Amino acid sequence: MAATAQTVAQVRDLGKYKHGWETEIEMETAPKGLNEDIVRFISARKDEPDWMLDWRLKAYRHWLTMTEPTWAMVDYPAIDFQDIYYYAAPKNTEGPKSLDEVDPELLRTYEKLGIPLKEQEVLAGVQGAPKVAVDAVFDSVSVATTFKKELESHGVIFCSISEALQNHPELVRKYLGTVVPYTDNFYATLNSAVFSDGSFVYIPPGVHCPMELSTYFRINAKDTGQFERTLIVAEEGSYVSYLEGCTAPMRDENQLHAAVVELVALKDAEIKYSTVQNWYPGDETGKGGIYNFVTKRGACRGDDSKIRWTQVETGSAITWKYPSCILQGDNSVGEFYSVAIANNAQQADTGTKMIHLGRNTRSRIISKGISAGRARNTYRGLVRMGPKALNGRNFTQCDSLLIGDRCGAHTVPYIESRNRTAKVEHEATTSRIGEDQLFYCRQRGIGEEDAVALIVNGFCKEVLQELPMEFAVEAQKLVGISLEGSVG
Amino acid sequence: MLEIENLHAAVDGRAILNGLTLAVAPGEVHAVMGPNGSGKSTLSYVLSGRDGYEVTAGRVRFRGEDLLALDPEERAAAGLFLAFQYPVEIPGVTNMTFLKHAVNGLKVQRGEEELDAMQFLKLVRQKAKALGMSDDMLKRAVNVGFSGGEKKRNEILQMAVLEPAFAVLDETDSGLDIDALKIVADGVNALRGPERSMLVITHYQRLLDYIVPDRVHVLAGGRIAQSGGKELATRLESEGYAAFVEKAAA
Ligand SMILES: Nc1ncnc2c1ncn2[C@@H]1O[C@H](COP(=O)(O)OP(=O)(O)OP(=O)(O)O)[C@@H](O)[C@H]1O
Ligand SMILES: [Mg+2]
Repeated sequence: MAATAQTVAQVRDLGKYKHGWETEIEMETAPKGLNEDIVRFISARKDEPDWMLDWRLKAYRHWLTMTEPTWAMVDYPAIDFQDIYYYAAPKNTEGPKSLDEVDPELLRTYEKLGIPLKEQEVLAGVQGAPKVAVDAVFDSVSVATTFKKELESHGVIFCSISEALQNHPELVRKYLGTVVPYTDNFYATLNSAVFSDGSFVYIPPGVHCPMELSTYFRINAKDTGQFERTLIVAEEGSYVSYLEGCTAPMRDENQLHAAVVELVALKDAEIKYSTVQNWYPGDETGKGGIYNFVTKRGACRGDDSKIRWTQVETGSAITWKYPSCILQGDNSVGEFYSVAIANNAQQADTGTKMIHLGRNTRSRIISKGISAGRARNTYRGLVRMGPKALNGRNFTQCDSLLIGDRCGAHTVPYIESRNRTAKVEHEATTSRIGEDQLFYCRQRGIGEEDAVALIVNGFCKEVLQELPMEFAVEAQKLVGISLEGSVG
Repeated sequence: MLEIENLHAAVDGRAILNGLTLAVAPGEVHAVMGPNGSGKSTLSYVLSGRDGYEVTAGRVRFRGEDLLALDPEERAAAGLFLAFQYPVEIPGVTNMTFLKHAVNGLKVQRGEEELDAMQFLKLVRQKAKALGMSDDMLKRAVNVGFSGGEKKRNEILQMAVLEPAFAVLDETDSGLDIDALKIVADGVNALRGPERSMLVITHYQRLLDYIVPDRVHVLAGGRIAQSGGKELATRLESEGYAAFVEKAAA
């Protein structure tokens, strides 16, 4: 591409990916590359208990014996794991602080992203507007958590995982790695060795968490991997709804994001976990963007427990992600609602696993994949009915929508049933965005891009309506933005 | 208002319109009749700018502008509305949402201020009520699961809300029961005015009892084979198109 054309394209892209700017802030980083010293450095920086360091080191040593998985339908050049910074933190953030002490430059960053970190601003909003508590993670560390006091009065713990390791080590130790063991898979094992921060949530028995909890992840520093670890524990009879949002500046290099999320729902507990993933997807030619290699898994450990994953995946150059449910408790319920949009050169390989172990366990999978440009979008799902999962039920619906004729959609369902009383239903459709629908909209005065956004939002409605209200509106807009330039 | 001159159009390389000439003055209602497959819907798509309907010769002026140079949404903004013979379903998008995007899409293009939620709601409720449409209908996805007649009524609702300067109604009467036909005709008549024109495509003279046209045209062989007053429709009803088809083929 000629230099001028490139500049024009970059300027245009700037308008498209509106979170592509960078915060100028002094950072402290560990030297590039990975070895035992780096693992020790991270652990020491966080003043972690010895058992935590041991666990990290075990993970690191195990990781050395592993190779990157290649089964996903994604292509990318080999990642040089020695060319990444594994720790980057804004200077002067020795652990979490009160909001007044947070660097104003950071507060401005989140303001610009539309994330309220000042509690009074949230309170001053529209009367009756739901409150959302936010944990903000900037590169490797949590910089602020809001509404802590109010949550504490209900016994809810919501803080960064580093802070939890200081103040509630027994809780972290009891649950960490019990859903995603450190040996689980290449990226999860890497995360176990070097995770730098993330959120910790604990809901005591019988408590209905009084507000939405959310974590906002921002990758800022260059050549930095983000390895956050989130752990949510919902005790017997409790309820929590948790949201996760993410953005990153636009860079020509690819950046690695390898997170692990573990959910534990005990008897009668319910966890709703929603994600709006808008990492930088790279430019139209496929340059730059985030590699999003994430392991998310929830255990319905108690009887009658319920876990619901809702995800809207619009960003990242490559998405490799399968939020899953292990349905151990009798009558437990797992749900997965997903919208995955891949435009330009993006590649997404995403889906879920529903592992039915207990009796009368039920799962429901609704996946909407949208592909445009030259993108590749794969749904990969596993439904397993174990021998004791008597009367287990699964319903899966996978719909793919294609925009243009250069993109691809694939559906790869795996079904394993080890008992005869279980029922698994799978429906799949693939359609092209209708010329008749587009023309109908345009005839009514709706511009082409708005028409695409409208039709795609309609296509995704079943999933979007599962998002908490305040996120649903954002997600709808995001659907439109991420498909800009996909027609005409 | 609309002047079509010597229009030739092809679909998939096949000529459908062969030198069609037609002019509709402001305030006039013209009816177009013609046998199945004669190109009536093709004419409506050519006027509204659908992809795949290729104009090979001729010109169309609309309110002084070269209509054929505009994109479909620009034609809509210029005041052109098409009530589809086969209205399209849009799953997951409610009638309300669709109409709101349409109303504001037109306003933005015209450089006017968009309606806020309250103003919009009021407007739509009022129009829906006049057409005997329930609130429930407004909350349903566009045309999804609508009966044939409901779809047609929905087209007229959209027209009533968007208030176009020129409406092409493509067989809006087909599939309507007698009561619905009257309601739709009332809706159409309510929009008639000195600055508004319509092209009503129909197979039945019955509709023209309710919407009385200024002119009636017969489309055959890809052009207007005959024009006349309302009495032409009555004649067609008794005699059929045979004479025109033969004449066009000759
Ligand atoms: N997309 C297309 N591909 C091929 N032929 C087409 C296409 N669209 C229309 N035609 C043909 O063009 C001719 C005119 O069709 P059109 O729909 O305009 O007829 P019509 O007058 O509206 O008929 P009806 O009274 O049945 O609605 C028909 O022969 C039809 O088969
Ligand atoms: Mg027709």
